[in-house]
Amino acid sequence: MQSSLSLSLSSSSSIVTRSDRKVLQGNTFFAGKCSITPRSLRFCGLRSEVYGLQYSNSARLVAASLNRRHLKKVSAALSDNGTPSKFDYDLVIIGAGVGGHGAALHAVEKGLKTAIIEGDVIGGTCVNRGCVPSKALLAVSGRMRELQNEHHMKAFGLQVAAAGYDRQAVSDHANNLASKIRSNLTNSLKALGVDILTGAGTVVGPQKVKYGTDNVITARDIIIATGSVPFVPKGIEVDGKTVITSDHALKLEFVPDWIAIVGSGYIGLEFSDVYTALGSEVTFVEALDQLMPGFDPEIGKLAQRVLINPRKIDYHTGVFASKITPAKDGKPVTIELIDAKTKEPKGTLEVDAALIATGRAPYTSGLGLENINVETQRGFVPVDERMRVIDTNGKSVPHLYCIGDANGKMMLAHAASAQGISVVEQVCGKDHVLNHSSIPAACFTHPEISMVGLTEPQAREKAEKEGFEVSVAKTSFKANTKALAENEGEGLAKLIYRPDNGEILGVHIFGLHAADLIHEASNAIAMGTRIQDLKFAVHAHPTLSEVLDELFKSAKVKADVSSPVGEPVAA
Amino acid sequence: MAHLFNSTLTSSSPSLRRFSTVSKPSLNPITTTRRKMRIQAKIREIFMPALSSTMTEGKIVSWIRSEGDKLSKGESVVVVESDKADMDVETFYDGYLAVIMVEEGGVASVGSAIALLAETEAEIADAKSKASNSSPISTAPPPKSDPPPALADLAPSPAVATTPAAAVVVASAVHPASEGGRRIVASPYAKKLAKDLSVDLSGVVGSGPMGRVVAKDVEAAAMTVATAATTAPTVGAAKPAPVPGIELGSVVPFTTMQSAVSRNMLESLAVPTFRVGYTINTDALDALYKKIKSKGVTMTALLAKATALALVKHPIVSSSCKDGKSFTYNSSINIAVAVAIDGGLITPVLQDADKVDIYSLSRKWKELVDKARAKQLQPHEYNTGTFTLSNLGMFGVDRFDAILPPGTGAIMAVGASQPTVVATKDGRIGMKSQMQVNVTADHRIIYGADLASFLQTLAKIIEDPKDLTL
Repeated sequence: MQSSLSLSLSSSSSIVTRSDRKVLQGNTFFAGKCSITPRSLRFCGLRSEVYGLQYSNSARLVAASLNRRHLKKVSAALSDNGTPSKFDYDLVIIGAGVGGHGAALHAVEKGLKTAIIEGDVIGGTCVNRGCVPSKALLAVSGRMRELQNEHHMKAFGLQVAAAGYDRQAVSDHANNLASKIRSNLTNSLKALGVDILTGAGTVVGPQKVKYGTDNVITARDIIIATGSVPFVPKGIEVDGKTVITSDHALKLEFVPDWIAIVGSGYIGLEFSDVYTALGSEVTFVEALDQLMPGFDPEIGKLAQRVLINPRKIDYHTGVFASKITPAKDGKPVTIELIDAKTKEPKGTLEVDAALIATGRAPYTSGLGLENINVETQRGFVPVDERMRVIDTNGKSVPHLYCIGDANGKMMLAHAASAQGISVVEQVCGKDHVLNHSSIPAACFTHPEISMVGLTEPQAREKAEKEGFEVSVAKTSFKANTKALAENEGEGLAKLIYRPDNGEILGVHIFGLHAADLIHEASNAIAMGTRIQDLKFAVHAHPTLSEVLDELFKSAKVKADVSSPVGEPVAA
Repeated sequence: MAHLFNSTLTSSSPSLRRFSTVSKPSLNPITTTRRKMRIQAKIREIFMPALSSTMTEGKIVSWIRSEGDKLSKGESVVVVESDKADMDVETFYDGYLAVIMVEEGGVASVGSAIALLAETEAEIADAKSKASNSSPISTAPPPKSDPPPALADLAPSPAVATTPAAAVVVASAVHPASEGGRRIVASPYAKKLAKDLSVDLSGVVGSGPMGRVVAKDVEAAAMTVATAATTAPTVGAAKPAPVPGIELGSVVPFTTMQSAVSRNMLESLAVPTFRVGYTINTDALDALYKKIKSKGVTMTALLAKATALALVKHPIVSSSCKDGKSFTYNSSINIAVAVAIDGGLITPVLQDADKVDIYSLSRKWKELVDKARAKQLQPHEYNTGTFTLSNLGMFGVDRFDAILPPGTGAIMAVGASQPTVVATKDGRIGMKSQMQVNVTADHRIIYGADLASFLQTLAKIIEDPKDLTL
């Protein structure tokens, strides 16, 4: 217990120390920010992961002396930004999104002289056009939903007059949040002494990068972290006003009466939550036969029952939007639908706006990959499990890595960051392979959906192949005291596991605060904790975490407790 | 119960199990007893499963499959809501879903049959006839096919259907967005509502952008159907026939307006009311109407004016009692007149009807009706009535009685004016046009004698209507 405490203290204090240094140098602007900096890191959920990964795999008990040494090293790194070598930098990262930022922070910590190249704004998609502003909008939609739900309010004994909203103020909230997080991110890079080089980055040769028009630098190692842009299928004309992508939608320039959302994945679902809460009606256009592809089918079914059916949403599945024309000359947005399989026309939609949420395409053009004999695959940079870039001959290119959306392994902000940290570990001479199956994902609808690991069909397929047994345990939020107190009993947690050894294969949660609840499961997967051991973990009562507690307890594992968990820890 | 099935419908072990692999003892006592008389099971019952140890009954959230569908073992058939969670329930056998015995929204106790599963397609019909012979077991779905209990005919609520639905033609529309009616453009919520309210979208006029059908159009159409359904049979024109777009036997949740009407109706039960009827000769009124009709005067305005003039002499009839301890003599005489409009019913108010002249009153009335149709009435234009008129006479109804709207003292139901053979005092038999009126009043403040004298005054005014045009 104590050891873990000292651990978390040391990690945060090291960050604060860095900021303090700046303060001492007389940077008063930063004095006000120093307390925010570490918090912003936590907000993105990146930093905590860094430590989680690092310490979980190495010794869990970090001696105080080690911490102190650790700090000294950081200070040293700050004073001269790494040891001089025959290269301009030890590490150059192309792209200052969440992945690049995570990698840069970890690199500095490891004493590498680091530069980050950004052609646009610091923060990338997540901070400027993705996770961050969308959470601001979803926070609004969650409250609107609650206030509008007369039945819900009545059940609490509350009386609320008609709820309304000011579109501009909602939009400002999203923009302000994005710029706040952006400046926090920028400041944290500056505070650590990472050089921010402005301009588009291009790989001009091995260990050589050009940025801007003609600045060429050399680096021992290079990380490509250029991310992605919204994917717009051909035939769709985006005008940024009535036919939009998530980039435009997050600005919330208008709230249409009726909006078609093309694609019912995370992005589409989250926006349907926002738009319906603000009074729009939504039509989903989904190419697959089912809404919410990619989610565990059972979770998807339940989610559809809660997030789609009772709301002002209808949908067309198994159809492509073959042509979308923006509204003009008093005509509405028209969407031509064709059957996804037969390509036969399936009618036309006339709506006030269309949001294209068909996924994201890697942003890798102009990277100069041809200079080093690398060919992208559908735009993605091919990499191996260690994020090393693979050239056309199938060989890994030395000193070149690609992380995040650009490699397409797992297009999530926190996955990019984790990959970046993994790469830095390798660059520093420590082999590291990131376990992607422990990376959680969440969809911030109301209620939220979260998952980690395999879906049930995936698990069963794997079990068939490898010849083990799969069991499923489920618990409902309806049986959880806290959820009932909140009048939010709708929800399900599902555990997919191996009954023979208690290994967690996947956990899926749909319900109140599911996105926050998933980490107990993802950490267990990352650390290899077995269900029979988790059963003994104590959860505060009454909390939503008891949903998972009950979930683990309801699993029937044949194996015995693997380690004496309950053993008291000596002070 | 079981004897109903023991010939052909033998039940076997529960045909349903939890989708979850968490095993729970799911055999319920009923099934175990049934098992004893098992023959060759061809048509199986699908039971309400026990989804938790505390579950005694379950609600059918939705049927995933419908009657006639082929099912294979392990397929989800129905979603059941227990006290703890919603669960998909799957079948244990291959076969055809022959009959659904408990509809969506219905509740069945654990172990009771909710559907029949036929082994072959041929046995579907067999199963159906068995099912129709047996009443659905269990607490079953809420009554759905019964028409709503007949309410006393309060004119302000023709929205409440009291008769079987009759053939109704909903105004059809051709709007730009429909490409000449070939295609219906309706917003997602409008479509959802149309399904819930069983409204055929092809006949709904769209008022949204570019003629798109939006939610309120569907609500309006649903109201029209309901209103028309009440009034049509009274015209005696059409034989009751299924309304297109209305699914017989379906359960339709109240719209907001229906809920409001329902609330008001229940509230009215707290007021002790009584009724007094009167027959009034209308020859003179009819003659006057014919004379001034060309000047834009309507019968409604004439009746409102006559009523208002009578109320001047009997202010008690226009008073109201709101708290049961005191009552108010209202300062002005405002006649509310019930009007059926698209999307419901409203009572526009002719304010100071006693003071305004008949021509202005008629113009005012026309303006109010137009506003009502456009749903632009301001609250003071429909909720300030001190006395309500409801005229079903225009539909040929010769007499009816109305429910007193809460907050007012009296309402008058006006029947049709009809030629009637009458014996006169001088021993002759003659023909006179007569109409019957029937006043419902709050007996806490208005007594029989008050109404009697009010009606006498009213009759005098109508039978000698010269004052109406003053």
